[in-house]
Formats: sequence, structure tokens, C-alpha cells
Amino acid sequence: MCDQTFLAISFGPCDKCVKTKPLMNIYIKTDQFNYCSLCVEMMANEGLRDNETLSSLKNESETLKCKLEEERAKLHDVELHQVADRVDALGQFVMKTRRTLKGHGNKVLCMDWCKDKRRLVSSSQDGKVIVWDAFTTNKEHAVTMPCTWVMACAYAPSGCAIACGGLDNKCSVYPLTFDKNENMAAKKKSVAMHTNYLSACSFTNSDMQILTASGDGTCALWDVESGQLLQSFHGHAADVLCLDLAPSETGNTFVSGGCDKKAMVWDLRSGQCIQSFETHDSDINSVRYYPSGDAFASASDDATCRLYDLRADREVAIYSKESIIFGASSVDFSLSGRLLFTGYNDYTINVWDVLKGTRVSILFGHENRVSTLRVSPDGTAFCSGSWDHTLRV
Amino acid sequence: MSASSAVNAMKKVVQQLRFEASINRVKVSQAAAELQQFCLQNAHHDPLLTGVSSSTNPFRPQKVCSFL
Repeated sequence: MCDQTFLAISFGPCDKCVKTKPLMNIYIKTDQFNYCSLCVEMMANEGLRDNETLSSLKNESETLKCKLEEERAKLHDVELHQVADRVDALGQFVMKTRRTLKGHGNKVLCMDWCKDKRRLVSSSQDGKVIVWDAFTTNKEHAVTMPCTWVMACAYAPSGCAIACGGLDNKCSVYPLTFDKNENMAAKKKSVAMHTNYLSACSFTNSDMQILTASGDGTCALWDVESGQLLQSFHGHAADVLCLDLAPSETGNTFVSGGCDKKAMVWDLRSGQCIQSFETHDSDINSVRYYPSGDAFASASDDATCRLYDLRADREVAIYSKESIIFGASSVDFSLSGRLLFTGYNDYTINVWDVLKGTRVSILFGHENRVSTLRVSPDGTAFCSGSWDHTLRV
Repeated sequence: MSASSAVNAMKKVVQQLRFEASINRVKVSQAAAELQQFCLQNAHHDPLLTGVSSSTNPFRPQKVCSFL
């Protein structure tokens, strides 16, 4: 038997507008009403507030964006380097490579220091994650990940575990053990699950929580023990490439940078975006907080690095030169915040005076692009990792 | 309905912009002065800025030990 329902059109007075029209028989909260189709349309649109059509919202967003720009511009009374005019210029810097860590079979993609200031973990394209002792250049641990392109690695604050991830879309935590008989891969714990590659990860102040950024455009905060998602951060329109947590004294925020040219500052607990900055011309490869926590720097494929102040809510300095045309891949501050170290795709590292905006020094030595750069926790050295398979301290 | 989801997306954008427009901002001169002050205060503690002597530098070039 054919099972068809026929809409029996009844004709009569509408319950709402009392005009005689073809009626639709609808249920609202278990009451049955007969409304004409015009009334039904109008009621559906009542869900939106008055005048809130798509175009009016678009207009409002445009005006708000302009207003935001105006507010920011109002406070732009002076440039950072003008304020820093009275500060003494820095002398010539001589920085030499003190250690070269060889052992990776392919491009080094990421590295992180341990809080004990001598160990560091690095990951590479061949899937290997190695823990080194930077003083002696010995390799202490080596793990082979099941995926290639391990783009993110982080050392736990306690020094007892490392986290890494890449094309496998998840972040794995490996506890470090000195027992030679134990296979480190056996103790692996998968913590994060994203729908695209993992681009950055970082432990929060404790070993128990990890913050991850992914190519799927989101960042997420996970509990290590249970693997549960604690908070997710949506807002980027494209891949998120990097993140950095605020230094502990200043609270629960972190900044992330992505392929949508935006750097966004988030509140860890609420998941809300607090501020966003969109002045770069290309993907933001790396972001790092200023040591005081009131500002952050970003490095981008447009060959510039920019300093954004969080309280003034705007960009306050640009570090660029006509002669630099290759993208900057990584950035980090020295301990006092006076020096900014940036690694570029033209195989060099530039050192900038943060306050004056001038370049202090160029460091050569790598034979391929510098992919990652971190200053050690006590500020005595910095380590750079490169596509030439080595790390230099 | 795609129209209502687009409207919802725009609503979120507008809410976020309203929130961002309302945060307190300080003048660049003040923020810059504070950044500068932080730099100068901590300059003494910055080994990369002030340089470390060879004897205390943990990364000094390794001396090769040889058996006599």
C-alpha cells in the first residue's frame, strides 16, 4: 500500500490574524493552532530581535571594527623607540655556537628546554624525538613516533615527561625513565585528539595539563591523566601554528597565532578570546610572551616580527629590514626582554634590541632554515634547531 | 536553515567585537615606559645581555682530557 500523507488544506479564519486564508495546522507546545502561512513566517522571524537581519549585523560588525581601530589609534601617542631614545644603545654582541647537537636524521622541527636548564628535547621530520644533555651533548633518551613531521614537542615542568605530536593528530605524553630495560614507547599516553595535525603543544604550570594547537583551527586544554578535554578555544579562521602561555605571575592567559594572520589572546578558564591582533601580512609562525607578561612578539612569513602590547591593545614595534625578505620562523626573548632572537628561513638568526627596534647582531652557522629557537630558562644560552638536522646552543 | 546559521555566526562576531571594543586600554607611552622599565630593571640578571665569564659559563668550550 502506498504510504502517503496528504496535507488536507483547510480553509478558514486564521487564529492570529483572523483573515480567511488557507490554513496550516501546526502545534506549538502541544496546543494545536490553525495559522495562515503569513503568520507562521512572521512568528519564525520573531526569534531574531528587531531589525537583526544578516545585513544589519554585517553593518554593525563593520562599524564596530572601525570603532575598535579608532579606539586603538587614539592611544597611539608615541612610538616605543621614541620612548627608548634615552636608553643607552647596546654594545656589539659576540655570540658563538658553543655546542652542536647532531643526531637527527632529518629536519629539526621543534625543541624545548627542561627547567633544569641543561636538558632539552627536540623533534624532527623523521619521527624521532630526542632528549639531549646540552652541556655534554649526550643523548639521554630517544623515542620513535609512529608518524613523521613531529611538529610539536614540550618538556614537562617537572622534567619527568615529554609531550610530542604532529601528523598523527594527537599529542602523546611519554614519561621519561632511566631504566634501560623499559621501552619508552610502551608507556605512551595519548592525550589530545584533533581533526588535523598538531602544530604546537605546551604544558601549563603543572604536569597535569597540556595546551595544544592544531591545524584544524582550534586550541584545546587537556587533562593528562584522563585525556579529557577541559576547554576548547574556537575563533581562528585557519590553522593555528603556535601558542605560548603567559608567564605564571600574570595569570591564566595564552596567545596563539595562525595562518589567518591573527594573533589571539585567550582566557584559559572561560575559553573566550580576550584580544585579537591582525596586522601581519602573512601566516604567524611563532608567538612568545614578553617576560613581564604584558606584551608578546610574533614572527611571520611576511619577514617581520612585531611586538604587541596587551594593555595598550595594539602593535607597538615592528622589527624588519629591507634586506630581510625571508619569513621568520621562530622568536624568543632574552631573560630581561631587551633582546629578541629571531630565526629566519634564510638560515640566519637576527638579534634585535626590543626597545630601540634596531638589529644588534646577525648569527650565521646553520646550513638550512632555522625552524625553532628557544632561550634557556636561566638565560645563559639559547638553542636553535634547523632543517640542516642539527641544533646549536 | 543556512540563513539562520549565518545570522548566528554574525551574531557571535558582533558580540565578540563589542566585548573587544569595551576593554580598558592604556596609552602607548605608559605601556612603553613600563616595558622599558622592566627591561632595565632586569638587565643585570640577563646573562645574554651582560655576558658571562668563561669560568662560570656552563657552555664554555669543552676541554679535552687526555691521559698523561
